[in-house]
Amino acid sequence: MMKHVLSGLLSAAFLTLATDTVLAQENAPAPAASHDAAAPAGEHAGAEGEAHGGTPHFPIKKPAQMSWSFAGPFGHYDKAQLQRGLKVYTEVCSACHSMNLVAFRTLRGLGYSEAQVKAFAANYEVQDGPNAEGEMYTRKALPSDHFPSPFANAEAAAAANNGAAPPDMSLLAKARGIERGFPTFVFDIFTQYQEGGPDYIHALLTGYQEPPKGVEVAPGTHYNPYFANAAALAMAKPLNDGQVTYDDGAPATVDQYSRDVAAFLMWAAEPHLEERKRTGFMVMIFLVIFTGLIYLTKRAVYAAKDH
Amino acid sequence: MSGEHSTYTPTSGLERWVDSRLPLPRLLHDSFVAYPVPRNLNYAYTFGAMLSVMLLVQIVSGVVLAMHYAAETTVAFNSVEKIMRDVNHGWLLRYMHANGASFFFIAVYLHIARGLYYGSYKAPREILWILGVVIYLLMMATGFMGYVLPWGQMSFWGATVITGFFSAFPLVGEWIQQFLLGGFAVDNPTLNRFFALHYLLPFMIAGVVVLHIWALHVTGQTNPTGVEVKTKTDTVPFTPYATLKDALGVSVFLIVFAWFIFYMPNYLGHPDNYIPANSLKTPAHIVPEWYYLPFYAMLRAITFNVGPIDSKLGGVLVMFGAIIILFFLPWLDTSKVRSAVYRPLYKLFFWLFVANAILLGWLGSRPAEGVYVILSQLGTLYYFGFFLVVMPVLGFVEKPKRIPNSITEAVLQKRPGGTPAAL
Repeated sequence: MMKHVLSGLLSAAFLTLATDTVLAQENAPAPAASHDAAAPAGEHAGAEGEAHGGTPHFPIKKPAQMSWSFAGPFGHYDKAQLQRGLKVYTEVCSACHSMNLVAFRTLRGLGYSEAQVKAFAANYEVQDGPNAEGEMYTRKALPSDHFPSPFANAEAAAAANNGAAPPDMSLLAKARGIERGFPTFVFDIFTQYQEGGPDYIHALLTGYQEPPKGVEVAPGTHYNPYFANAAALAMAKPLNDGQVTYDDGAPATVDQYSRDVAAFLMWAAEPHLEERKRTGFMVMIFLVIFTGLIYLTKRAVYAAKDH
Repeated sequence: MSGEHSTYTPTSGLERWVDSRLPLPRLLHDSFVAYPVPRNLNYAYTFGAMLSVMLLVQIVSGVVLAMHYAAETTVAFNSVEKIMRDVNHGWLLRYMHANGASFFFIAVYLHIARGLYYGSYKAPREILWILGVVIYLLMMATGFMGYVLPWGQMSFWGATVITGFFSAFPLVGEWIQQFLLGGFAVDNPTLNRFFALHYLLPFMIAGVVVLHIWALHVTGQTNPTGVEVKTKTDTVPFTPYATLKDALGVSVFLIVFAWFIFYMPNYLGHPDNYIPANSLKTPAHIVPEWYYLPFYAMLRAITFNVGPIDSKLGGVLVMFGAIIILFFLPWLDTSKVRSAVYRPLYKLFFWLFVANAILLGWLGSRPAEGVYVILSQLGTLYYFGFFLVVMPVLGFVEKPKRIPNSITEAVLQKRPGGTPAAL
């Protein structure tokens, strides 16, 4: 049976592989052949793709696969990196992006003490109330509060940003991810690749560049070949070298900022990742031993069966 | 079990007391201990056990999730995130439930493929097969409504697209769609009724599963030879033989399941579903969950009008037809031989069917344009051709291999140096 299943899967794989090749040839000059991430961006930009036929395909370039401390079966967060990422978020991103699912108390996960979390929360003002007089009032944030939004509501956020509200960052690292394509998505099952979000965020933040010759971007947008939905996006390049001062000696570069904030956003989106992977390892050990015991029992019982 | 004498003997006074009042222990003993199963069952016959386990996992995790979930459009998304962040082991429950749906479908597809390969749907097991298709339909409805509950972008737009199919039917279509949605568009009433139904349907599945197993125990299981059980030497008792084989199958299945829950819980989901539903912002590609993709590909393959049937209605008819046709399988297959092992041509067409289903699944995830459309059309043609042409015709033209006289003979032939004399 196993042999049949395998041969079935293989034949299916060959079929899809064959069609993939056909596609790559048919669409050679168009961005549809997104498999060749290394191809020069100039040939792939927006307008030409649209002219070639049907929907233009974005992103123009696929994000590079970075190495993350939280990848793989024993993945864990690098607390120093998360703290740096928090600094980048607080000093840069939080000017426009809310993160309203994350409570200050959870910052303990970044290695801060209770007192440090309390002090950090106290930097923020939140609205509370109504009080006994029926009035709303503002007070210093407590660890139980969530990060307050930079704008009063979504409409205010949109009005201040050319009509499109900047996305909330609580889940950003899980809410983004570029399709991996065949056959990479098959290999991903075995390599446990789950870092599409942080890879994308890093690629986008480091990917701002001058548009290639002949490519026009709409006014108010900024060319970035890594952007998922178009050739250019509304957000201007948010990070520059030296913009955030690190106190642990990490390089003050856009690349480093981007890695740190991407790691921080992964934590914000998945605060229980370490616990999950740790539990998983124990479950795996249990299941493997359990399966082994059942296998031995089954073999012994079948061997004793009269013929 | 049918016609056989019960071998249950109550040993203690309490057991005798219960047995003379409600012989439930006797029923369980006869069904899961003494019940004779063909001695040659292979691991393809263990998916039923996996499915039972998955149904239990889904119901238990689902009931606990429902204690923390709020089915209201303004809070649904955040209530799921609350489960993920603040509920003790909430992340485990939710990832188990979300990936559990996928693994439920993996098991059911393998189970259905096993049935197709070994001809499990043929007389006298037609009702058994039809009940299975009913379970599959209920699963699809349950899975679809469950995916709407987190109220992310794909939840919302998936619900919009799929309920939109019903509007393709002439005269009653609009009415059916509004009846399903509880309004003119996907909104709070939709979420509420989907939650109610998502909670209800698994228990209906459990009910049909009981009928499915009842029918199985009346006709007895098929086996890789397709030859019916003739003598006692053809069978072994369910416990310990089938129990242990099932346990091993389930255990290996759980390892793969755990791999996904703990190491790649979001692999099978879509990133867009971590964006709260927004009725003003359509995602670039609306893609259903992977287990619907072959049907989605067939829906979109119909890009042309056929007489009075426009392409939209045509697509919807083809999609529903692709499932409805399964009900008629027992009568579409004209071959007297059950198992593909003795049907060289059918075996070939069967594996082509499997490859075609995987290809259609992949095509369902692609945008509907260019060569993908043509491939989807070819895939749809083969899907229906397999049931409507290959199955009826093969019964007449295929020359089956020699079929063993009994299960015992087949088992002994396979054994190196084994002859019937070894009995």
